[in-house]
Amino acid sequence: MKETIYRYDGSFEGFLCCVFDSYVYKEYPVQFQDEAHLAQSLFPARWVGADPRHARRVLVSLEKIDPYAKELTVKGFLTCAPDREVLLYRFIRALYDIGRPLLRQLSDEAVLPLLRAVRHLDGEVHLLKGFVRFSEFEGTLAGEIRPKNRVLPLLRGHFCSRMYNEVFLLYDRNHREALVHRPGQWAIVPMESFRMAAPSAEEAQYRRLWKRFYDTIEIKERRNPRLRMSNMPKRYWETMTEFQDEDYFLAGTETLPEGGASALPGHAK
Amino acid sequence: MDKLTILTDAAKYDAACTSSGAQRGSRRGMIGNTSASVAGCCHTFSGDGRCVTLLKVLMTNCCVYDCKYCVNRCSNDTRRAVFTPEELADLTIQFYRRNYIEGLFLSSGVLVSPDYTTERMIRCLDLLRRRHRFNGYIHAKAIPGTSPELVTRLGLLADRLSVNIELPSERGLAALAPNKTRKAIFRPMGLIKSTLQENREELAKYRHAPRFAPAGQSTQMIIGATPDSDRHILSLTQSLYDRYRLKRVFYSAYVPVVENTLLPSPDTKPPLLREHRLYQADWLLRFYGFRAEELLDENDPNFNPLVDPKCSWALKHLEFFPVEVNTAGREELLRVPGVGTVSAKRILYARRARKLEHEDLRKLGVVMKRAQYFITCKGRVLDGLKLQQDSILRNLIAAERTALPGAELEQLSLFDRMGGASQ
Repeated sequence: MKETIYRYDGSFEGFLCCVFDSYVYKEYPVQFQDEAHLAQSLFPARWVGADPRHARRVLVSLEKIDPYAKELTVKGFLTCAPDREVLLYRFIRALYDIGRPLLRQLSDEAVLPLLRAVRHLDGEVHLLKGFVRFSEFEGTLAGEIRPKNRVLPLLRGHFCSRMYNEVFLLYDRNHREALVHRPGQWAIVPMESFRMAAPSAEEAQYRRLWKRFYDTIEIKERRNPRLRMSNMPKRYWETMTEFQDEDYFLAGTETLPEGGASALPGHAK
Repeated sequence: MDKLTILTDAAKYDAACTSSGAQRGSRRGMIGNTSASVAGCCHTFSGDGRCVTLLKVLMTNCCVYDCKYCVNRCSNDTRRAVFTPEELADLTIQFYRRNYIEGLFLSSGVLVSPDYTTERMIRCLDLLRRRHRFNGYIHAKAIPGTSPELVTRLGLLADRLSVNIELPSERGLAALAPNKTRKAIFRPMGLIKSTLQENREELAKYRHAPRFAPAGQSTQMIIGATPDSDRHILSLTQSLYDRYRLKRVFYSAYVPVVENTLLPSPDTKPPLLREHRLYQADWLLRFYGFRAEELLDENDPNFNPLVDPKCSWALKHLEFFPVEVNTAGREELLRVPGVGTVSAKRILYARRARKLEHEDLRKLGVVMKRAQYFITCKGRVLDGLKLQQDSILRNLIAAERTALPGAELEQLSLFDRMGGASQ
């Protein structure tokens, strides 16, 4: 089997087409490059164009083997593992060879790295369900996160059903996309930049109340910063209301600068 | 603003802060949900590392009672405040919309009388549920001495009710909380239990019958204010789970807030390690199929501060081990130190594909530095292991030391602390 580099458009569909083509041309892709990250290499390269019909066939074949296999593939593509396409390809290839029993081989090299990446993703999604903070601007809610994985597709269901009657926007600064929702409708759209408006007097007041509540609820005699950090790693703090500096709580000032973290007191990188 | 500070400050010693157990999808025209997907959803963690899920406040910190251990007792000279139901309902909604919180945890000092206080709480919850159409989580305290009708009304509005036991023994209660009796505490608990049962029968008959406290009831005990042993506390817990069908029992390490000859002196540190051990044991009761009497007996009435309760049990029952990972049932696997509910599930799932080796177990998430002494894979013990009680103990202690809470663990001397003296 010829070892090849696959270049594709970076979409999930495009990746599934890579899987399809590798069987058509009897090749083994050792590396995947999307349009944004092209590099020279010793191996021959092939450009794979996205074809929705091919993508569908691959996805359906996975679901036929086991719905969980499809779920792992979809989620695996959202993870931040640097070699996620390679992990996924190895998994899918083994799945076609071995079939369903592969899913039970949790410690197998074709499965374990993918499982780890997906667990990391699931963990981040779980934490962010709690750590997302919204601010109100004339009836519309807006929030910002900076996750490692692409979590918006997995957070969507949670926030859209919970906040069914709200108009809201949740911006993922690291992946430059936003989840927008109004009753009965939602979309995840690419968004190059986003800046939160200055808070109104009322909004600023609720921010202060929350900060005060947060500071008061701590039992000083039990202070345990290490436990807090292991439960809530510092990288989440930068978008959370209770850790912003004083300006954030004043009406009429813009907040959460692009640099974010550097504005935090006591935040060492 | 000051009101919120005072009433939060007064509520913070309550340990319960969970939003699990209720499953209510979102509904058109209503705010929020309590679906299973958000069970265990923490919205932030305070500086002491505890999870903050609910807006935990008191309706008021005025109190006619004089419980010695409590900051809100009437003889204490502190600032007092009262929330109006409207204020509190509004605050809850606005916090909830901003995703600060998962719901409301409402408790209260006793203002005028238990009935009067409960009526105020009901008014607040009623506003939330009806005017604001709030569909999120509400945890309400049932105050001992409230009349049964009011408790029932409270339960129809809240997701979970709780009655705090506070002190684990009648004697402690008599000394420190002269206005409360054991009977007054257990009466509402029994009432909630029987109402829950009736409600279940009703729901079986009429699907749309109103639901009474769908997330059940819980309670809290203060640890370290009275000289009760761990064994006493744990068997009380066991009987609460058995007889009152409680969903959770919370423990709260006593933080000295007041000087009193009956209480530990104000400079004692809160017994955090002891609280930690009790929670570990509590998990063993609820998820691992252990019974209180297995974990502690008359000879060992307190937990060993050096190793966790499961390890201590395993060391006393070496005849139960080793467990063969490839054939043991779920209950047996769960008794192995280093195997938790998740890794037990993975073992059962993975071993149907092929037999497992020691190397696989590590990848499945089993904590091998504990489990290795107690298991075999295909009949083999891990190479080079010595299996003697005291050497295992020594290694297990070494394995756990770094993970323990509190910095109070100075250089450990095995021999003078082995008795498990209460600290």
